Amino acid sequence: MQNELKMTIAEIQEEIIDEFSMFEDWEERYQYMIDLGKSLPLIDEQYKNEAHIIKGCQSKVWVHAEMNNDTVEFTADSDAIITKGIIAILIRVFSGQHPKAIIESNTDFIDKIGLKEHLSPTRANGLGSMIKQIKMYAVAYQTQLN
Amino acid sequence: MNTTVKHTEFNIDTIREDFPILNRKVNGKPLVYFDNAATSQTPKQVIDVIVDYYSNYNANIHRGVHTLSQEATDLYEAARLKIQQHFNAKHSYEIILTSGTTHGINLIANGFTNLLEKGDEVLVSALEHHSNIVPWQMLCERSGATLKVIPMNEKGELIISDYDALLSKRTKLVFVNHISNALGTINPIEDMIKKAHQVGAAVLVDGAQSCPHIKPDVQALDVDFYVASAHKMCGPTGVGLLYGKEKWLNKLPPYQGGGEMIDQVTFEKTTYAGLPHKFEAGTPNICGGIAFGAAIDYMNAIGFDAIATYEHELLDYATAQLSAIEGLKIYGTADEKTSVVSFNIEGIHPYDIGAILDKLGIAVRTGHHCAQPIMDFFKIPGTVRASFAFYNTKAEIDALVEGVKKAKMMLS
Repeated sequence: MQNELKMTIAEIQEEIIDEFSMFEDWEERYQYMIDLGKSLPLIDEQYKNEAHIIKGCQSKVWVHAEMNNDTVEFTADSDAIITKGIIAILIRVFSGQHPKAIIESNTDFIDKIGLKEHLSPTRANGLGSMIKQIKMYAVAYQTQLN
Repeated sequence: MNTTVKHTEFNIDTIREDFPILNRKVNGKPLVYFDNAATSQTPKQVIDVIVDYYSNYNANIHRGVHTLSQEATDLYEAARLKIQQHFNAKHSYEIILTSGTTHGINLIANGFTNLLEKGDEVLVSALEHHSNIVPWQMLCERSGATLKVIPMNEKGELIISDYDALLSKRTKLVFVNHISNALGTINPIEDMIKKAHQVGAAVLVDGAQSCPHIKPDVQALDVDFYVASAHKMCGPTGVGLLYGKEKWLNKLPPYQGGGEMIDQVTFEKTTYAGLPHKFEAGTPNICGGIAFGAAIDYMNAIGFDAIATYEHELLDYATAQLSAIEGLKIYGTADEKTSVVSFNIEGIHPYDIGAILDKLGIAVRTGHHCAQPIMDFFKIPGTVRASFAFYNTKAEIDALVEGVKKAKMMLS
């Protein structure tokens, strides 16, 4: 199975921290996020609806989750591109992982890659709620597995 | 407490020295503060009054016989007189000190619950902040009255012919802001008040956005209620004023029960204190009220005419410079507007622009500005809003323009 070769959440986070350490300043970090946000189709259009929306005060975020064998696959999107870039990173970290691993993980790496301000409540961009939502999906799927 | 400020002429360098926060850096860059419509910065003359109050006068007011209590009471009541003079209210007891604009609006909305009935109508303008929409919706739910909206045009101006058509003998209340927070439109409130009175309706004007720019004369306007917040005009947060005509304030029931607002209390019946204390239950924001007075002194020492002239220059300059950026659209182009520029760049979300500007040390507001109906009108999720105060400069506007160009380049 693919899980044998799969990196753990902590390993992926370390890899992202390494990648970000190569950027010299905020502009390079932001440009990378923007490019990520531009390049990725992150969610099937059918899921960009009220049922999947997380309303931030400013940008909107849509999240969809599916159980695939014993891992959770996440897709998501945002109408703001920097938000979308951060979503791409969060999906890289959490999607395809076992629900238990998602429940037990943390998001401290966001601070280490210099994007902490986007998760502060004042940003009101829906990302804080998105992480909560990801964990809630994981809790729900974990309950199914038990 | 000496709050006198000497500003014989409008000197931007001297004025900027009054604001310690303007020296700080954000993300390694000098702060450019263009979120003045959300809250203004505080001059050291006001900060000093706050420090002085807690260092020398702190006590509860109105009830103590001891010296500190009497001194604090004197300072607080002196602030009320300053506010009365500034807004030109007929009596000092027509000035109710509140926690801010929202508190004042809710106090009035609550007071009208039993004065309205089914079939009555209340008019609210399409340009309102949520705080001047939601309390009236709640009032209508409680009283059975109907809420109607005065529409606006593409420039962000209220359509006065529609307002005229909406007014009737069923109209009991009209709510309008003096200046729109999202677009900066200055509304023709004098005319609107006159017309409302012709059908017997009372008018509440939300002055949160006007008080930093102009000096309203509530008697000349003949307005029934006028509300504002200190923190938009160089004062602290958590304090504001509700002006109400004496006849209305006597007619309305108290909003909150508690200490301070009573005359006699027995378990059978309580009689209420007279104005203004009837509406000031509990220990007020004493220091805030005194500092509000100091803020009014500070702004008057600079002079509202000088402020308006200078801010208009900033507005014209920013409008011209920003308009030159390809793909940039300004929302709110009313003939009469204050120093607010609300804009978007085609194909770019306002949040993204705001996030990049923040990295450059530039503070703007992005989003719907608590005025979703306005954003729905323009069919946009929000805007970037730069709002200027008299302590801002053209050089700061240049930094904004460069920042917006950079954001556009990075995001396109």
